[in-house]
Amino acid sequence: MSQVYLVGIDCSDCCNRALDYAVSEATAEGAEVIVAHVIEWSPFTFSTADENEQRHKRREAELARAHSEILDPVVDRLKEQGVKVRGVIRHGHIARTLKSLGDEVGATSIVVGRRGDSGFKSHLFGSVPGSLIQIAKVPVTVVP
Amino acid sequence: MYLTRISTFFVFLLSAAPLMAQQGVDERINEAIRPYADGVAGFIFSSFPLAGVAVPFVLVWLLAAATIFTLYFKFINFRAFKHGFQLVRGDYTDPMAAGEVTHFQALATALSGTVGLGNIAGVAVAVSLGGPGATFWMILAGLLGMSSKFVECTLGVKYRNEYTDGTVSGGPMYYLSKGLAERSDKLKVLGKVLAVMFAVFCVGGSFGGGNMFQANQSFQQLVAVTGGQASWLADKGWLFGIIIAILVGLVILGGIKGIARVTSKIVPFMAVIYVAAGLIIIFANFSAIPAAFSAIFTGAFSAEGVAGGFIGVLIQGFRRAAFSNEAGIGSAAIAHSAVRTNRPVTEGFVALYEPFIDTVVVCTITALVIVITGTWDPNVDPSQGVALTSQAFESAIPWFPWVLTVAVVLFAFSTMISWSYYGLKAWTYLFGESRFMDVLYKSMFLVFVVIGASMQLGSVIDFSDAMIFAMAFPNVLGIYFLLPVVKRELNEYWADYKAGRLQKFGAAADKA
Repeated sequence: MSQVYLVGIDCSDCCNRALDYAVSEATAEGAEVIVAHVIEWSPFTFSTADENEQRHKRREAELARAHSEILDPVVDRLKEQGVKVRGVIRHGHIARTLKSLGDEVGATSIVVGRRGDSGFKSHLFGSVPGSLIQIAKVPVTVVP
Repeated sequence: MYLTRISTFFVFLLSAAPLMAQQGVDERINEAIRPYADGVAGFIFSSFPLAGVAVPFVLVWLLAAATIFTLYFKFINFRAFKHGFQLVRGDYTDPMAAGEVTHFQALATALSGTVGLGNIAGVAVAVSLGGPGATFWMILAGLLGMSSKFVECTLGVKYRNEYTDGTVSGGPMYYLSKGLAERSDKLKVLGKVLAVMFAVFCVGGSFGGGNMFQANQSFQQLVAVTGGQASWLADKGWLFGIIIAILVGLVILGGIKGIARVTSKIVPFMAVIYVAAGLIIIFANFSAIPAAFSAIFTGAFSAEGVAGGFIGVLIQGFRRAAFSNEAGIGSAAIAHSAVRTNRPVTEGFVALYEPFIDTVVVCTITALVIVITGTWDPNVDPSQGVALTSQAFESAIPWFPWVLTVAVVLFAFSTMISWSYYGLKAWTYLFGESRFMDVLYKSMFLVFVVIGASMQLGSVIDFSDAMIFAMAFPNVLGIYFLLPVVKRELNEYWADYKAGRLQKFGAAADKA
């Protein structure tokens, strides 16, 4: 069975390390890399009527910006390097969305970075790797 | 350019408002407007005698509609209740559509425009004038009103305008004009007339019940809690009005989304606090609950000492329920139509929860607190409703009036933001979408905030209440012609639902 690495990126420094790690592992095994960016979003937030009216338009704008500023440069660079790569952008809860995306594309491994938040802050708000390792069906690698 | 010019004009008007108030201009405006306001209010609330009680025609109109819709759709208000909840929870929402307006968001937005002073002030008046029995009829009106919302909101989504840039606009103006035009050429003219009538009344209602009434009542509560007539604030309604107008202005004119976002998060929280405090008071007086319920049931059918007897009680309950949940008025259809769905009827199911939460839950809690604490007073002045509810809560939790004041001001604020949107949609339907018309409407809206808070314009308030109820005439009349359309949508969808042809997602799919 062919190996598929799913990497979550949010354009921060640590995630470039996660990406670098996944790419080096994947190229060694000849595996595919799926680079994913999740736009934090919840179906249960409260909004004004005006925001709702504009929502579809905003969503399109968010997707376009995420493509042009975050995902596409990364995917293009990897393609030039000859990596077998695909980019995906989704809206949703970051950890849950990465998990279901992993199920969808048949990922054999999920790679994420970490923010290095203090214990207090992650106790209060949780963290993406923390939630992800509890729900993922495949091994999760957290790159420091 | 327009923006600067109009803002200057607006600042000028704002600074003139207190002067006007001091020079007794409010009385002059009141006198000048009274004949017209009384005429319109008199017409809208024109009543016929029934068993010696004056029954306003508009109430019969709304109640008849709600009953007909309930029967025509075979008790859709109960039948689709569970499915509505599944939709709100997102069981049928495709994860690929994440990031779009969800059923939950459309419902929450509509609710923030509905849950307001009607739930706090109106109910106190109903229970006082109609006795505990009014609660029974209020709940019944809420349950029937669910069917009206179902029809309105389904149509709102079905006939909304979707523009090329991805924004959407919906509401009775659109379903009345587009929907009736679809039926026949003759109805096309009627549809257009009804849509324009609706839009005119909606603009009026947005200045009145959705604005001045809110500013006025929240200021009354603020004065009451800071010491009544002796309060420093007592004669400073204009100041309160200007502060609120500036805050509303920052949101609707200045595009400061932060304030709206904070309010939209705090308001549901305040609603939960209000309901929780009500439940605490109700359960703290556990032994009084059976007596309260028996008072509600016996009072509903045998009204001793209530003006107008049985019919009088019924009218009070129905009237306040209608004013609070706005079922049949058409306003909420504007907010609901922003949802992202290709099955319009799903938003109708979700909209069932609006009168349910507003009337059957929140209004009932207010009523129970007032009945249990025994604070209702048959001689209450209908403009003092908030004060009465405040007393009821105070008798059990002495510091609660302060919390209530914060809740009242926030409810008023969020209702104003919602109604400014409803009014603007109606306004641009009438005058076209342009930057100028947009800013003109919003500036007028802000001026009315100051007027509402600073002046005792009894007839203007009557007039604006009348405008809100007036919206029900064109709205309901047009809906009767569109019932077969809703029926077709409902039958197709319900067949798919019953046959399990609708795709479930997420946890709901794993269970199935």
